[in-house]
Amino acid sequence: MDREDGRGFPLGQVISHGFLILVALLWLFPFVWMISTALKPNADVFAMPPRVIPTDIQWGNFKAAWNYAPFGRFMLNGLLVAGIGTFLVLLTSSCAAYAFARLDFPGRDNIFVAYLGTLMVPQEVIVVPMFILMKNLGWINSYQALILPWAFTAFGTFLLRQFFLTIPFELEDAALLDGASRFRILWNIMVPLATPALAVLGVFTFINYWNSFLWPLIIVNGQEHATVPLGLNIFMGQYGSQWNYLMAASTISILPSVLLVLATQRYLVEGIALTGLGGH
Amino acid sequence: MRRAAQSEAVATRGAASWRIRRRRPRSDTVAAYGFLAPNGIGFLVFTLIPIGASFVISLYHWPLVGEASFAGTQNYRALATSDPVFWQVLRNTFSYVFGYVPLNILLSLGIAVWLSSKIRGKNLFRVIFFLPVVTPMVANAMIWTLLYMPQSGVIDWFLVNVLHISGPNWLGSQTLAMPAMIVMSVWQGFGYNMLILSAGLQSIPVELYDAAAIDGASSWRRFLNVTLPLLTPFLFFAFVMTLITSFQVFTQPYVLTGGGPGVSTTTLVLYLYNNGFQFFKMGYASALAWILFVIIMTATAIQFVAQKRWVHYG
Repeated sequence: MDREDGRGFPLGQVISHGFLILVALLWLFPFVWMISTALKPNADVFAMPPRVIPTDIQWGNFKAAWNYAPFGRFMLNGLLVAGIGTFLVLLTSSCAAYAFARLDFPGRDNIFVAYLGTLMVPQEVIVVPMFILMKNLGWINSYQALILPWAFTAFGTFLLRQFFLTIPFELEDAALLDGASRFRILWNIMVPLATPALAVLGVFTFINYWNSFLWPLIIVNGQEHATVPLGLNIFMGQYGSQWNYLMAASTISILPSVLLVLATQRYLVEGIALTGLGGH
Repeated sequence: MRRAAQSEAVATRGAASWRIRRRRPRSDTVAAYGFLAPNGIGFLVFTLIPIGASFVISLYHWPLVGEASFAGTQNYRALATSDPVFWQVLRNTFSYVFGYVPLNILLSLGIAVWLSSKIRGKNLFRVIFFLPVVTPMVANAMIWTLLYMPQSGVIDWFLVNVLHISGPNWLGSQTLAMPAMIVMSVWQGFGYNMLILSAGLQSIPVELYDAAAIDGASSWRRFLNVTLPLLTPFLFFAFVMTLITSFQVFTQPYVLTGGGPGVSTTTLVLYLYNNGFQFFKMGYASALAWILFVIIMTATAIQFVAQKRWVHYG
């Protein structure tokens, strides 16, 4: 805090950077240890003293973990569920948000209040009836059971409505005079202008689907429809003492999230400021 | 928050402009329902009806197979009067919340302020602190299970061989398992609030600092009198969101301890999961869900009342 005037003393700067690097390394350590353990032979996992750089590097652990459990399948399941789920959230939320922000229809305010009222309700309140519903539909162990319950969110609709309200009416009026349909206006005017909000909503929706654990644990048993966190849990149940394989599997499972954050890092702060939105 | 105020202002202007416009043609009503239908029907089926159903189910003895029978308030009364585990679970959940939330907020504030000073490579630091927020919680918790291993884990090795103190069995101890879970959760979760507060710090106009500096305010005074008050709306948002989500903690106890040893780390949602999906007592689980909901609503309402005393909307 004390250096923002730019007349700071280099020594203070050096100390400040040094401490920060130490804290950052401490924060990274669990991941470093994960990768390190993933590369060790099982006999060396608990060798004393602990070594960050393994003496005997076993790249084969990744292949073994990949073969012991169908991680390719878990990742494909995860991509499918998160991909379709995110697509549905973006599509249906932007349509509903457009109706709430721009169109006048009987019952609009009451319906919107119903949406707002559910924002505070924790997911746990609806998992029991949702499970019973899925059971009656015969959807236990299915992709639609993983995707659909969370694809029609009040949150996405609310967020995009707030964003659409900031877009000037004049832009639309000109298009309306030209005889453009409402759908064209949404698609050609509103959506392009709301790209930042849609991008942030999309990234966080994807991450939420990808990392979701409680619901898949309830609705899926067995490997066929398991997403990555569930697959890891199954793997831990089977190979609980093979820490090198467990850590290899963890490394594989965190990779997509790490890549996504690195790819979007320049927009992280702005995106979060824009929407006050995040995981969990 | 300022942005929310902006969009409110824009919304009001939007509303005013409605009035001078001619009445909407009928085709707009049709279009509106068309736009609303996909999300609206899904919302009705997968959110609104389940919320109502959840409350109804909580008034029944509802097994997975066989007939449900009406129970009135019996599930709630059983929780309150004849289930000692429930009270323990409630205490566990509150000790998690009271440990996790303040640590998370203090750390995110500290790091966000630190990173707002002249630091090279800010974005890299932010990415590092944010990373555990987006990596799967199951993987994060598995890594910490390894770190926390008694004797053979790295943390105990460090305590014994570097600090020369004893290394406890973190996750196997009734008293230490909860603090260990809180530490893991702070490592995992604080990066999100750090980004919220960073965005808040960026929104503070530099001129205010310059003015304070000209007045001869020390950097600590500037922090207390300029930064902190202007940051309170962001702190409030971070605090409320963290409070709400921390009552819902599930994956950490599920993976790290399974709720044990005994029931010393069983949280409300883990207990709900066990009752609903291990013992298939759906009515009992739903009653737990509504108790969780009421706790969250109450905690949030208290914050909204208390904010008048500390949140500064500039």
